[in-house]
Amino acid sequence: MDRIDVRKTYKLYIGGAFPRSESGRSYEVLDAKGRFLANASHASRKDARDAVVAARSAFKGWSSRTAYNRAQVVYRIAEVLESRRAQFEQELRDAEGISVGKARDVVDAAVDRLVWYAGWADKLGQVVGNANPVAGPFFNLSTPEATGVVAVVAPASPLLGLVSVLAPVITTGNTCVVLASQEHPLTSITLAEVMATADVPAGVVNILTGQRAEVAPWLASHMDVNALDLTGVDDPSLAVSLEVAAADNLKRVRRPRAEDLLATPDLSRMTDFVETKTVWHPMGV
Amino acid sequence: MTVFEYAPAPESRAIVDIRASYGLFVDGAFVEGRGTAFKTVNPATEEVLAEVAEASDADVNTAVAAARKAYEKVWSRMSGAERAKYLYRIARIIQERSRELAVLESIDNGKPIKESRDVDVPTAAAYFFYYAGWADKLEHSGYGTTPLGVAAQVIPWNFPLLMLAWKIAPALACGNTVVLKPAETTPLTALLFAEICQQADLPPGVVNIVTGAGATGHALVGHASVDKVAFTGSTEVGKAIARTVAGTTKKVTLELGGKAANIVFDDAPLDQAVEGIVNGIFFNQGHVCCAGSRLLVQESIADDLLARLKRRMSTLRLGDPLDKNTDIGAINSREQLERIRALCDIGEAEGAERWAPACDLPSAGFWFPPTLFTGVTQAHRIAREEVFGPVLSVLTFRTPAEAVEKANNTPYGLSAGVWSDKGSLILKVAAQLRAGVVWANTFNKFDPTSPFGGYQESGYGREGGRHGLAAYLKGHQ
Repeated sequence: MDRIDVRKTYKLYIGGAFPRSESGRSYEVLDAKGRFLANASHASRKDARDAVVAARSAFKGWSSRTAYNRAQVVYRIAEVLESRRAQFEQELRDAEGISVGKARDVVDAAVDRLVWYAGWADKLGQVVGNANPVAGPFFNLSTPEATGVVAVVAPASPLLGLVSVLAPVITTGNTCVVLASQEHPLTSITLAEVMATADVPAGVVNILTGQRAEVAPWLASHMDVNALDLTGVDDPSLAVSLEVAAADNLKRVRRPRAEDLLATPDLSRMTDFVETKTVWHPMGV
Repeated sequence: MTVFEYAPAPESRAIVDIRASYGLFVDGAFVEGRGTAFKTVNPATEEVLAEVAEASDADVNTAVAAARKAYEKVWSRMSGAERAKYLYRIARIIQERSRELAVLESIDNGKPIKESRDVDVPTAAAYFFYYAGWADKLEHSGYGTTPLGVAAQVIPWNFPLLMLAWKIAPALACGNTVVLKPAETTPLTALLFAEICQQADLPPGVVNIVTGAGATGHALVGHASVDKVAFTGSTEVGKAIARTVAGTTKKVTLELGGKAANIVFDDAPLDQAVEGIVNGIFFNQGHVCCAGSRLLVQESIADDLLARLKRRMSTLRLGDPLDKNTDIGAINSREQLERIRALCDIGEAEGAERWAPACDLPSAGFWFPPTLFTGVTQAHRIAREEVFGPVLSVLTFRTPAEAVEKANNTPYGLSAGVWSDKGSLILKVAAQLRAGVVWANTFNKFDPTSPFGGYQESGYGREGGRHGLAAYLKGHQ
C-alpha cells in the first residue's frame, strides 16, 4: 500500500512566525487543471494590522544595519532558494501548469534577481547620492534612506513576481507587508520558509495571503504604512481607490504598470522607496 | 552700558512701479482674466497695492493650451544648449533687476528687505543659473532626457519669487513648459517675472502665469492635459492634490508642512546655537515650512540657553519691512495672523508658558512679536501643529536617544537641526532623524545644488540639485 503523504498547512508569515489567519478563514487554491491543491490562509484586516506592527518593529534595526550586512542577507535568500529549487520548480508547475523548462527559467531568474539586488545594497547610495557643491563654506551630502514600512501588492507570478517586488524594498532597508498573489499564494509561503531560514530578521518581510480587494484597502489606509506598491493590482478602479486612500498620510505610491519580469530591472523599484536626506555642516573653525 | 539707537534706514520704494491692475500672463502676453479680480495688499500697512485678475476655469484652459502648444511646437524641439541660454538670460535679468524685485517682494509679502535682498532674490537667480547648465547635460543626470510635457505649478506666499524659481527653472531646463499659479496674497513678483520672460524673449507659452486663489489652483492641478503637478503649500492641500491625481499618469511632487526639531546638545557652542535658533524660527517671520519650530534642548543647559535666547530675542527689531535694520517684518495676511494668534492662545490654554520680549507693534498692518513657549509637552498642539509664524516651542531632553525619539515624534519630516561640537554625535543623530534636510551647527541654508524635500507628511520628491531633475523627466534612475 502506498504511503499516505504528510501535507503542509499553508499559513501566513508575520513577525518571523507562521500564524493562521486570526479570522480562522481559508480559501481553496486550485492547480492549473482546476484540481484542489491546498487551503491557503484568508487574511483579515486584523492580520494586516498585525503585520504592519511587526514591520514597524523591525524597521529601526533593519534600516540601521550596514548596507554590507543587508547585502549578505539578501544574498543568503538567493542561496537558500537555489538549494530548494527543485521544490519551487515543482510548485510552479503544479500551480501554473508551466513546462519543466519554463519552471527552471523562472527559478533561475528569481535567484539571479536576488543576487542582483543583493549587490545593490552597498552601491545605491554611491549611484544616487551626491556631494553637493553649495555656494558657501559647507559640507553638503545627499544620501538615500529607507522610506519605512512598505505595503506591497504582489503580482500574479508567484515566485519571480514576488521576488521582483520584495527584494528591492528590503535591500534598501525598508520593511514590508506583502499581499501575495491571490491566484497562486502557496509559493509565497514556501518562499517565506526560505526567508525564515536565511537570516532575514523577524518582521522585515511579512506575507499575507487572501483577497486583494479585501486586504489591500486596509494597508492603503493604514497610517503607519509609509509607501504602497500597487504592482499586483489588476483592477484599475481598485488601484484608484487605493491611491486615494494612500493620500491620507501621503504614502509614496508606485502605480501599476506593464513590466517584463524577465528583463533586468531599472533602479526605480529601489528609488521609489527611498528618501533623499541632505546633511549640511559648516566648514571652518 | 550705552545703548545706541538705530536711525531708520528705509529702502526707497521709488524703484518699483506697481500698476493699478494686472492681467494674466498667457502665451507671452498679458490678458484679461475672466474671474473676479481681487486685491493684493501690503501686509505692513494694509494699503491696497493693485487689483489682480482671477483666472477662471476657461482661463486655465487657455493657459494650459498655450503651454501645450509651446511644448510641442517649440520648447521640446529646441536643443538643450538653446534652452540653457534662455535660462541664463533669465538668471542675469533677475540679477540686473534685483533691487526692484527685492523691494517689490518686501512690499507685497511683508518680509524684511535684508532677507528679500540677500536671500530670496539672489537665490532665485542662482536657481536659474544652476538649472540652465543642466539643460544640455541631461544625459548625465541619471534620469534620461525626456521631458514630461506641461507642468502645473502652484506656489505659496512665503517665498514668492524663490518658490517660482524652484519650480520654473528645473521644469524649463528639462524641456517642459509651465503654467504657474502664485499665491493669492503675493502675486506681484511673479507678474514682474512675466515681464522678465518678455525681456528675455522667451518663446510665448513656455511660461504662463495665472493668478487666483484655491479655485484657480484646483482647476490647474486637476486639468486633464497637464502631465506634471508640483505644489508647495499646506499638507492639507497636498493630500487633496494626491487624491485628485490618483489613477492618472501625472507625476507629482509635494513640498508641504513641517515641525522641525532643532536639537541643542550640552557641548554645543551656545552663542552660535542661539543665532541658529533665532534664524531657524524667526527668519521670514517663521513663515517657513522647514522652520526650527521645536527647540529640543539638553536639560543640563536649558536654563543657560533660554536666558541667552531671551536676551537675543529682546534685540530683534520688528517693523517696517523696507527698513534695512528690520529683523522681523509683517505677517503675510490677516488670516495667517489669526491662525498664529489662535494657536498661541491654545498653547496657553493647554498649560504652556508664553514669553515675548517687550515689542512695540505698529498700529496698522499685521504683526506678531517673536514668541517662545516653555513647559511644552509633546502632546501640546503648539508642539504638533505647524504654526507658520514666529513662535518657538521649547522642550527638553536628557539623552541623545530621547532627543531623537522626540524629534521624530511627528507626522512631518521636512527638516531638523543638530547643535554639538562632537562630530560623531552629530553624524549619528543626523542619520537617525527622519527628515529630508538636516542642518548641523547651522540652520535654514538653501542652495540650488542641494536637494530639498521631506519624509512622511512633509510631501514627496525633491527640489534642487541633481535630484530635482527627477521631478521633470520621464526616466528613472
